[in-house]
Amino acid sequence: MAKHHVTATVNGDAVEFLCETEDTLLDCLRDQLGLTGTKEGCSTGDCGACSVTVDGRLVCSCLMLGIEANGKSIGTVEGIAQGEKLHPLQEKFLEHAALQCGVCTPGFLVAAKALLEKNPNPTETEARYWLAGNLCRCTGYDKIIRAVLDAAAVMRGA
Amino acid sequence: MQEKVKEPGSEFKWVGTRAPRPDGVDKVTGRARFGADLSLPGQLVGKVLRSPHPHARIRGIDTSAAEKLPGVKAVVTARDFKDQPSEFIPAGEMMINYRDVVRNVMAREKALYEGHPVAAVAATSAAVAKRALKLIKVDYEVLPHVIDVVEAMKPGAPLLHEDLYTVGVDPPPKSPSNVAKRIEFVLGDVAAGLRQADVVIEREFTTKPVHQGYIEPHACIASVSEDGLAELWGTTQGHWVVRAHCARLLGWDISKVRVTASEIGGGFGGKTVVYLEPIALALAKKAARPVKMVMTREEVFRASGPTSGAHVRVKIGARKDGRIVAAEAELKYQAGAFPGSPVQPGAMCAFAPYDLENVKVVGYDVVTNRPKVAAYRAPGGPISEFAVESVIDEIAARIGMDPIDLRLKNAAKQGTKAAYGPKFGPIGMIETLEAAKAHAHYRTPLGKNQGRGVASGFWFNIGGETAVSLSLNEDGTLALTAGTPDIGGLRASLCMMAAEELGVPMDKIRVVIGDTNSLGYNFLTGGSRSTFSSGMATVDAARQLIKEACKRAAKLWELPEDAVEYKDGAVRPAGPNAGKHSPMTLRDIAGIAGKTGGPIVGYARINAAGAAPSLATHICDVEVDPETGRVSVVRYTAIQDAGRAIHPSYVEGQYQGGVAQGIGWALNEEYIYGDDGKLQNPGFLDYRVPVASDLPMIDTVIVEVPNPRHPYGVRGVGETPIVPPMAAVANAVANATGVRFADLPMSPPKVLKALDEARAKGTAKL
Amino acid sequence: MRYEAPSTLDQAVALLAKESGEARVLAGGTDLLVQMRTDLIEPVLLVDIKGIAELRQVKEEGGGFRIGAAVTGAELKEHPRLKSVWPGVVEAANLIGSTQIQGRATMGGNLCNGSPAADSVPALIAAGAKASIVGPKGRRDVPVEEVMVGPRKLSLAKGEIVASFLLPPKPPRTGDAYLRFIPRTEMDIAVVGAGVCLTLDAAGKVTAARVSLGAVAPRPLLVAPAAAALVGSGVDAAALQKLDAAARAACQPIDDKRGTKEYRIKVAGVLARRAAQIALERARKG
Repeated sequence: MAKHHVTATVNGDAVEFLCETEDTLLDCLRDQLGLTGTKEGCSTGDCGACSVTVDGRLVCSCLMLGIEANGKSIGTVEGIAQGEKLHPLQEKFLEHAALQCGVCTPGFLVAAKALLEKNPNPTETEARYWLAGNLCRCTGYDKIIRAVLDAAAVMRGA
Repeated sequence: MQEKVKEPGSEFKWVGTRAPRPDGVDKVTGRARFGADLSLPGQLVGKVLRSPHPHARIRGIDTSAAEKLPGVKAVVTARDFKDQPSEFIPAGEMMINYRDVVRNVMAREKALYEGHPVAAVAATSAAVAKRALKLIKVDYEVLPHVIDVVEAMKPGAPLLHEDLYTVGVDPPPKSPSNVAKRIEFVLGDVAAGLRQADVVIEREFTTKPVHQGYIEPHACIASVSEDGLAELWGTTQGHWVVRAHCARLLGWDISKVRVTASEIGGGFGGKTVVYLEPIALALAKKAARPVKMVMTREEVFRASGPTSGAHVRVKIGARKDGRIVAAEAELKYQAGAFPGSPVQPGAMCAFAPYDLENVKVVGYDVVTNRPKVAAYRAPGGPISEFAVESVIDEIAARIGMDPIDLRLKNAAKQGTKAAYGPKFGPIGMIETLEAAKAHAHYRTPLGKNQGRGVASGFWFNIGGETAVSLSLNEDGTLALTAGTPDIGGLRASLCMMAAEELGVPMDKIRVVIGDTNSLGYNFLTGGSRSTFSSGMATVDAARQLIKEACKRAAKLWELPEDAVEYKDGAVRPAGPNAGKHSPMTLRDIAGIAGKTGGPIVGYARINAAGAAPSLATHICDVEVDPETGRVSVVRYTAIQDAGRAIHPSYVEGQYQGGVAQGIGWALNEEYIYGDDGKLQNPGFLDYRVPVASDLPMIDTVIVEVPNPRHPYGVRGVGETPIVPPMAAVANAVANATGVRFADLPMSPPKVLKALDEARAKGTAKL
Repeated sequence: MRYEAPSTLDQAVALLAKESGEARVLAGGTDLLVQMRTDLIEPVLLVDIKGIAELRQVKEEGGGFRIGAAVTGAELKEHPRLKSVWPGVVEAANLIGSTQIQGRATMGGNLCNGSPAADSVPALIAAGAKASIVGPKGRRDVPVEEVMVGPRKLSLAKGEIVASFLLPPKPPRTGDAYLRFIPRTEMDIAVVGAGVCLTLDAAGKVTAARVSLGAVAPRPLLVAPAAAALVGSGVDAAALQKLDAAARAACQPIDDKRGTKEYRIKVAGVLARRAAQIALERARKG
């Protein structure tokens, strides 16, 4: 049968793509739109490497069909920086060495940005529980959490 | 809290600072390309058909129906790879055998584990490829299987390889078995030593196989032109190694294969071997189109190497004053389907942190119907050292001595002869122990249901073949090409060492990891070797470049070469000629390069020697829920000798990452098999790695006992951190509960059961 | 595989009723997509119910709350009143998976996926929630504990959808709580789940209680003897002991990769006690 024709907004830009019913949003972002910043770590929603926002809501794009994105506004890691200017989270991740191999980093940045938009002053525990759906195997999470809390402080103007 | 015990008198400008990472921006913007992020025009999707049986003879494979399916462009089986005679080669710190490599990549006579590849297809879409796999008919003769190491060693156990005769026993066995080899290290006389002991403790331990757990699955894309030139892009810890394996398995000249390493999303040893790459190349050649292959997470668990599960027996004798008089260990490690567990390095490390006169370690490498094990961060070490550090803790408790003091009393130091052979140069065992003893963590009172444990750890680190090229660009900036994939901070460290040598700012030096055509052979990223070896080579290359720059200036100034020096980022006339000519920066030198002899390049090709061990001592606090047996790590401090920390943040990161993996190994990670020999938890839902809310901040202390054989004193640091945590956690749990755990993981049902048994006996503290 | 996104409940019911092949309701998709990817199921039709307004709303109704089956856990948490009235239910829905999962997962899906370990179900059962089921023959309301009959087996007829949950008016001095045991701190399927709801009289004695256990039987259980252990008591140590014993006695668990039989039985008692204590605190405050 014919593919679905999907129109959506990704990082503020209008996009359209074709997909089969079973193609996930993750597949569509990476293969149809060439946005490979969002990663596939497990395809079962257990690792968070595919994290994106949909109408501002943090979700795993491996657990959403491409067709479900019709009419929605998607946010990926590629949309976090503003032109050449890095977001405070990106700067703090670099400053705190909150990444080693970097493959989980896009998911963490999207998830952390969603956290700070909801809760600009999280405690360490709140940050850890919010980010529990993002696996990192390299860092032990220490520097990631420090970077998130430091970015939060900067964004609060503290 | 991150601390550094800094060597006095350090006056480096870049080395030792927390400089920005040159490849960092790409990684925080999503621009960096990992193994699955490249696509080529006309590419096909490759998929693997895997054995559903843990042990079966393959009587025949019929791929005809799959080949006829529209959209299928190529199908391969074992026939498409050249059979290999037995030949051992190094892979990281382990040895592998090509005869086994070709069979692990694609099953030949037998399927030896559930998940073993038996065929593969390339098709125009994933859906077509999946349908094609279903059309392949494999005639299996299902055989009995064995998945436990002790069971596999018993006479009468299902036999995996009819031609496997145990090496290392005398007289050699007449029948094949599942025991590939027996090794032994002996120092002194253990029996005599034990007779001097006031206390002797003997314990048995078991550990389960655990996976490296990298978040990025194996992925590659291969393209072979009609004249046989092959390109391969993929995620790997060693692209020269990939090139070698693929060329060998396919029977191609090495020069025909060009491999580019993508960014790598974690490896920890698991990406030092090939799985998909030879298959993708074989398919790409047959199809005459690029073939992209990406493992699903389930495939990663079912078919890529975990590390060994093991059975370990340790016996230690000590005097009342804490001096260990004899130590012995018997290690039985499972290798998975083909020989080659890390029992040898495990045996070498077991007692290495200690200066002992009487040591005996015996190890067995045993095959079982599970995926072939691959290296995992300090391969073999965490298992043997978990057992040893647990028994040492018990000895300390038995004689009433502080566990750090007991270790200090027996600590290895410069001049100590290790049981496995060498005499140590300067090492930091005592320094890390003293730092642990002095640390605030060790003095902090514990809360309710809490306990504290200490453990030390050792790993040797390697050097190996390395080539680095450093070119002076026309405008005085520099291009540095190295060959060890950057798993997390290497390019930053190399850039810092180059900047330090050249006296130029880091942002004038661009570091890339070159493809296999760009440099001479580079051994893989493993063995904690890349900062050490590529660093050494970078320094060598920089010094060569400086020497050449001086030569060119000398030529221009008509001075002898030794009358010229490089200082503060410029070539200057030296000594009596000082001031006679204006200094020439590298930019100035670049300007005259053409007319003074051509491009200015430093090229280092070394077999880096002098890698020195890194020692660590960890302190762990746990809290145990007495009603559910759940163990939480509430505080952790990792103290380790880095020799010299080129970039402290990345050194700390290595400590913290290894600790997190060790905690997972201790508490919740394990491969769970049914009696049917099939893996029940091939996913991150039920293969339980630590999540952010499971861990506290991981405090680190960098101790620096410089390695005299490296220009900056560097020791490899990446592997040692995973060695102490299992014992640190187990010792902490013993301290909290009064119960010693010898079987990992210490999952809640096991902890609660043991607690209840201890309560019935009156020995529980909770 | 066909995909339909009806805008009314009647359209959804009609699609499901007339499909001869395997048809699945798509709400959050957090279980469905995993099962499709691993080839556990191969539906020919997906009916996306997120476009049906009434399934996406939380409304106060008859003194209680009507929660659309396709409201996500995250949305439940953001509702201005629901969390303060039924904290146990909202917390349970927000224990499912991760923040990302909670951004999509729904209580309707959590129930209809048919897992005995579903997190939101024991909390709903303890709260006395009813499921509003709409099908070709009209609407019927059933207690939530009657919807699942066994693993992956529901008491729904062909074409029926769980459209909403009705939480009853909460009597004064009532508190609810849900706890689950998992080996890590997040991300695991419940090894044991316990939901408790209790109501106190002015003297602080329990006049009504409901206790539900998850992951210890082929379906989530409503354990009347456990509730009876609390009624008439002040939730003192003796009552908690009886509750523990009654909870344990009700378990019919299995050994699997997440827990052993004996472990689940023991921990069911522990969690029932702990959940009762939290419910008690909440009841005392409101």
